Amino acid sequence: MTTMTLAKALNAGLRKAMEDDDKVVVMGEDVGALGGVFRITDGLQKDFGDARVVDTPLAESGIVGTAVGLAMRGYRPVVEIQFDGFVYPAYDQIVCQVAKIHFRSQGRVRMPMVIRIPYGGGIGAVEHHSESPEAQFVHTPGLKVVTCSNPADAYVMIQQAIHSDDPVVFLEPKRLYHSAKAEVDESAPAAPLWQSRVVRAGADATLVAYGPTVSTCLDAATVAAEEGRSLEVIDLRTLSPLDLVPVHESVRRTGRLVVVHEAHLTLGLGAEIAARVTEECFHSLEAPVLRVTGFDTPYPPARIEDAFLPDLDRILDAVDRTYGF
Amino acid sequence: MTDPVFGPPPERAPDPELVQLLTPEGERVRHPGFDIEFSAEELRGFYRDMTLVRRLDTEATALQRHGELGLWAQLLGQEAAQIGAGRALAPQDYVFPTYREHGVAWCRGVDPVRLLALFRGVDQGGWDPSAHNFGLYTIVIGAQTLHATGYAMGVQRDGLVGTGDPERDTAVVAHFGDGATSQGDVNEAFVFAASFNAPVVFFCQNNQWAISEPFERQSRIPLYRRSHGFGFPGIRVDGNDVLATYAVTRAALQRARDGQGPVLIEAYTYRMGAHTTTDDPTRYRLSDDVEHWKLKDPIARLEVYLRRNGMADDAFLAEVAAEADALGERMRRECHALPDPSTHDLWDLVHAEKTAELAAQQADYDAHAASFEEVGR
Ligand SMILES: Cc1ncc(C[n+]2csc(CCOP(=O)(O)OP(=O)(O)O)c2C)c(N)n1
Repeated sequence: MTTMTLAKALNAGLRKAMEDDDKVVVMGEDVGALGGVFRITDGLQKDFGDARVVDTPLAESGIVGTAVGLAMRGYRPVVEIQFDGFVYPAYDQIVCQVAKIHFRSQGRVRMPMVIRIPYGGGIGAVEHHSESPEAQFVHTPGLKVVTCSNPADAYVMIQQAIHSDDPVVFLEPKRLYHSAKAEVDESAPAAPLWQSRVVRAGADATLVAYGPTVSTCLDAATVAAEEGRSLEVIDLRTLSPLDLVPVHESVRRTGRLVVVHEAHLTLGLGAEIAARVTEECFHSLEAPVLRVTGFDTPYPPARIEDAFLPDLDRILDAVDRTYGF
Repeated sequence: MTDPVFGPPPERAPDPELVQLLTPEGERVRHPGFDIEFSAEELRGFYRDMTLVRRLDTEATALQRHGELGLWAQLLGQEAAQIGAGRALAPQDYVFPTYREHGVAWCRGVDPVRLLALFRGVDQGGWDPSAHNFGLYTIVIGAQTLHATGYAMGVQRDGLVGTGDPERDTAVVAHFGDGATSQGDVNEAFVFAASFNAPVVFFCQNNQWAISEPFERQSRIPLYRRSHGFGFPGIRVDGNDVLATYAVTRAALQRARDGQGPVLIEAYTYRMGAHTTTDDPTRYRLSDDVEHWKLKDPIARLEVYLRRNGMADDAFLAEVAAEADALGERMRRECHALPDPSTHDLWDLVHAEKTAELAAQQADYDAHAASFEEVGR
């Protein structure tokens, strides 16, 4: 057991994956000597050399596109996109190539690639540094998309993603890199990668969140408990495939569901979850599924990002509203 | 007036020198850099390849006209560029094509019927890339140049460059058109290849047109000179001269295999047909140009040379023609017989590890389809 930040846990997980398989190649802008702008790859180049930890030219499509070729040659590239807002130059390669090559080749060509993207807001950054592009990737058949909310998951999930024969978009909640600190049991048996998890049991209403909003929901549940309301909190962990089994099970007990994410409201994951839960749990629902999300605006200037991000009050208010139907 | 500070702009593409070993009139000429001898056997092989590939192309075009294919991208006029490049490959080399590399596919042993399957909508590339070292066709312009570069970086990591062992040293080829050179991906591929000294040969077929846009809309300077800005050599070769494209590609591949990094080859050629079967080139280009390029026909010039030098007689030419007829006949027959794929493949092929969601969608569809069968009974 070691106490680690989420950033350190990712670093340790990457290191373990590189030790276990010498086909794993880390590549991206500034991932070498600097250790990445968030230091997630800190020390890896020193220990594994510059052939395994590659500082690439500053070209996102080039990073992902060359990783496609490396994967075809039997390597397991783990590429870092420096910030969420800079993934778009690589969007074509991710959506048209990475996601489709297995299908187009009738299963003959595998794409065991991980695309790591620091995402989400709450760090007071300048524009293009706080986005939540998950729905764009979830809407793309052929990609798998996961995100972690705590160090223990981060440590295991990054290794599982690298081990997967399918391409995985690995979203790292940058707000939690240094604020989430917990014990990581490196020898603990891992939960399967494509599964959601109940992180706090409750009986009165269900909160579903992922990545950066999980901790906000847990805080909300603590406050609600003081007020006598027991909220269940589910961490999705996997966004594509979506594992809603624990959500359905929970909603059948609580009858109330609030989905919380930072990404924009319209056609966000909350919309999908609401539709599915309505199909599956229609007769158990006491209220419509509500969503607490970022607004349908570009991510705002940092000084007012708190208004954009789902916070305790908006979450608790939504829970209250589910009692009003 | 010349700008006193910046100097003159680069001149607008005067006709730069081409590497040429066989003139349009069928005269063998020498080039100091590429002084290689070809055996009569090799030359007859080029002739046979080009003739068969032209038939493959006209047959596929006809199949499209008869509604058997949804689309076909013709290679008419580009046979020499493709056969020269394709025959220069070593077995272990790997090719990343566009959607028009039927001649290179031929050299790599991909059955032409597999190409038809793609354009018929039966599959999206039904050959096994690793069995032929020939990747899938790529429709998004330029994307494959990055895959080639990454693959070449992998080859380099595998220690298969510069070992001196001709059976092991490996190069990678990326094919693309003149229009593609405007794409970011192609330029990023140049940057990566140069920066990592990757064993990749960039083979651009400048067929003068990107659908209706002339070459002048893509570049102010000859394309082969673009590589200089990225820090590696470029060369222009007569793309209608199979001897020259072979010689230049062979040298570039060897250079890459030896560990000396990328080369850009501009094969200067002409698309004699339409861009694809949906295109109407009479809207944007002069028939004079087509007539002019017909005089440079890659097959005709080799035929003249072979005949004049007693390397091919009527019997040989008739034999190749008969082979072409047989190929055409087989393509017609086997194209009709291509089975539609199973809808089941849809869900099975999305991921290596299938998801529960896809399995559920598949089961729903099956139940739905089965309900129709019940009604039908
Ligand atoms: C990214 C992208 N943009 C547009 C198209 C549509 N398109 C298909 S072929 C083509 C022209 C390509 O010209 P060139 O690169 O010169 O190759 P050629 O077909 O002449 O061999 C265009 C615009 C495409 N397939 N991909």
